[in-house]
Amino acid sequence: MLGRLLKSTELDTRMLGMAGALALIWLAFHLLSGGLFLTPRNLWNLSVQSSAVAIMAAGMTLVIVARNIDLSIGSMLGFIGMIMGVLQTDLLPKLLGFEHPATWIVTLAAGLVLGIVLGGFQGFLIAYLGIPAFIVTLGGLLVWRGGAWWVTSGQTVAPLDDRFRLMGGGPEGAIGAAWSWALGLLACVAVVAMLARHRARRKKFSFPLRPMAAEILVGAVACALILGAVAVADAYPWPIGSVRRYVEANHIALADGALPFIAHGIAIPVLIAIVVGVKMTFLATRTRFGRYVYAIGGNPEAAELAGVNTRWTIVKTFMLMGLLTALGAAVSIARLNAATNSEGTLAELLVIAAAVIGGTSLSGGAGTVAGAMLGAVLMQSLQSGMVLLGVDTPLQNIVVGIVLVGAVWLDTVYRRRASS
Amino acid sequence: MTASTVPLVAMRDIALSFGGVRAVERASIELYAGEVLALVGHNGAGKSTLIKILSGAVQRDGGTIAVRGAAATIANPRDAKNYGIETIYQTLALADNLDTAANLFLGRELRTGLGTLDDAAMEAKAREVMGRLNPHFRRFKDPVRALSGGERQSVAIARAILFDAQILIMDEPTAALGPQETAQVAELVRKLKVEGIGIVLISHDIADVFDLADRICVMKNGRVVGTARAGDVTKDDVLGMIILGNCPPGASAGPGAMHQTPIKGPKAR
Repeated sequence: MLGRLLKSTELDTRMLGMAGALALIWLAFHLLSGGLFLTPRNLWNLSVQSSAVAIMAAGMTLVIVARNIDLSIGSMLGFIGMIMGVLQTDLLPKLLGFEHPATWIVTLAAGLVLGIVLGGFQGFLIAYLGIPAFIVTLGGLLVWRGGAWWVTSGQTVAPLDDRFRLMGGGPEGAIGAAWSWALGLLACVAVVAMLARHRARRKKFSFPLRPMAAEILVGAVACALILGAVAVADAYPWPIGSVRRYVEANHIALADGALPFIAHGIAIPVLIAIVVGVKMTFLATRTRFGRYVYAIGGNPEAAELAGVNTRWTIVKTFMLMGLLTALGAAVSIARLNAATNSEGTLAELLVIAAAVIGGTSLSGGAGTVAGAMLGAVLMQSLQSGMVLLGVDTPLQNIVVGIVLVGAVWLDTVYRRRASS
Repeated sequence: MTASTVPLVAMRDIALSFGGVRAVERASIELYAGEVLALVGHNGAGKSTLIKILSGAVQRDGGTIAVRGAAATIANPRDAKNYGIETIYQTLALADNLDTAANLFLGRELRTGLGTLDDAAMEAKAREVMGRLNPHFRRFKDPVRALSGGERQSVAIARAILFDAQILIMDEPTAALGPQETAQVAELVRKLKVEGIGIVLISHDIADVFDLADRICVMKNGRVVGTARAGDVTKDDVLGMIILGNCPPGASAGPGAMHQTPIKGPKAR
């Protein structure tokens, strides 16, 4: 009965399996750590720590689906981060003045454009000159890392612009309880509207519909997850110091001397990651571009013969990857409140691992943005859980490595079963 | 001038070499509206290469292509489709990870007012056209990888006729089909002919060729041996053309005919 209802929701069983694995990991860490893992504080931090990798994993999905790879993003993150650091601490203050309100947006825009240009350049080499993506981006890995050092001859750039830092999270870098609830409710409305629209369209063409119970179940679970996440984010209070400073700065009179409870709410980097996830999912599933990316991954020759401009499509996937790398760079340096030339070292491997754990096939043609982002959260959960348990760093790496290989093996088994 | 006097497609003196190998040499074919031109010959005779030049999949070294009497520029598959040239490839050229509708509309997706993919409309159209072609076809939600050989072939055929083709190239369209489905394809070919579509049919099956074709063009070693009306030659004549390169009296000889250029061996031009 339950099985049939679950089947009638037409949800991806792979995705459900991953969500189940994530839940299991969380529960295990919670029990092993004596109740430290599933706390608002830890989950909130986990969400912030996952966001940069999740943002980039969304782009990596499309790159890998189209049968390419991008090994350069960790170095590119470092290079773009350094450029954005120097822009906001040195160049723009000279032009606009110190802590100018436009500094952060000019910096971010410059970083994003740089990301598109660098990614597009690599994409051009791959698609039009026919150099394998592995080689081009391996070169990029070396070149951009060297470039990151060169920007300041290795000097760390800090502290960053106050507004720019909001992208990294922290008490000020979260939107507070009221906005979180508002956004959560809005998201619920959007989910219901989407389900209704989908159903209406299928009805219009008199296609088979999902049973109403399944529709309600999907909608209810989605809304419960959204509101649950908001509730968790709102249950994590600001630290005492931040509250005290806030109270003093705003001259709030305290009746009984007790400090008020100020909730973090959803962190801005998490919000950025969610927006990226939604937009990239839209791009991948609802637009021609996305359809072509998957078609190229499935059969490049067929896509070409069908009249798809495969080369330009490939370049676009790398431009997107560059854009999201720049966004990841902004989040990373904002969170650290510093740009260093080693920022993002090995990030390419984390991002590729997240995409692959999330079900993206390295042979191309298969993978979802949501899966890759869930993969990012899963990887981060493992790491942060092991930190909570006091596992040594070398052992952490060993575990993450084993999990990566194990996950891909499970996926291979699953795919073989699904296709036979 | 009436439609039947100006060829729908005229390929003249087409040449293409791969490395030192002349895959196609001085090949000329004409296709008229409402006729089936069968292109036959051994493996490696240059048939597939010749039609790939027409469909934009490969680029020719020399020669001209005219569509309805006007010189045509075909540099890629998109150009060919713009001239109304649709192709059913021997390899089917399907994206195995996508479903039927996505494959049918690949490169020409239907979109909603917002510019997003209109999957429902595409699926509706896919159900309609597949229903006509293969009434037993049900698996619209599965990737085409999961379909049978015959079903995959129907998808490839449906894609070619979905967009008002003027010129249809069929490269071994019945290779993966059973007798019943083959009969359906034959019927489809006759129907399309009546609609005035010109069809280039590549086939190994001589019986099929005599059944469907109005004219038969035989190629050997990259050159056209000869072209004949189907009624003017026998099956044995055609086999002689394919195997020996002999051009029988009923056919007009091409540059590849043995009796015309008896001493022309491998040295060629």
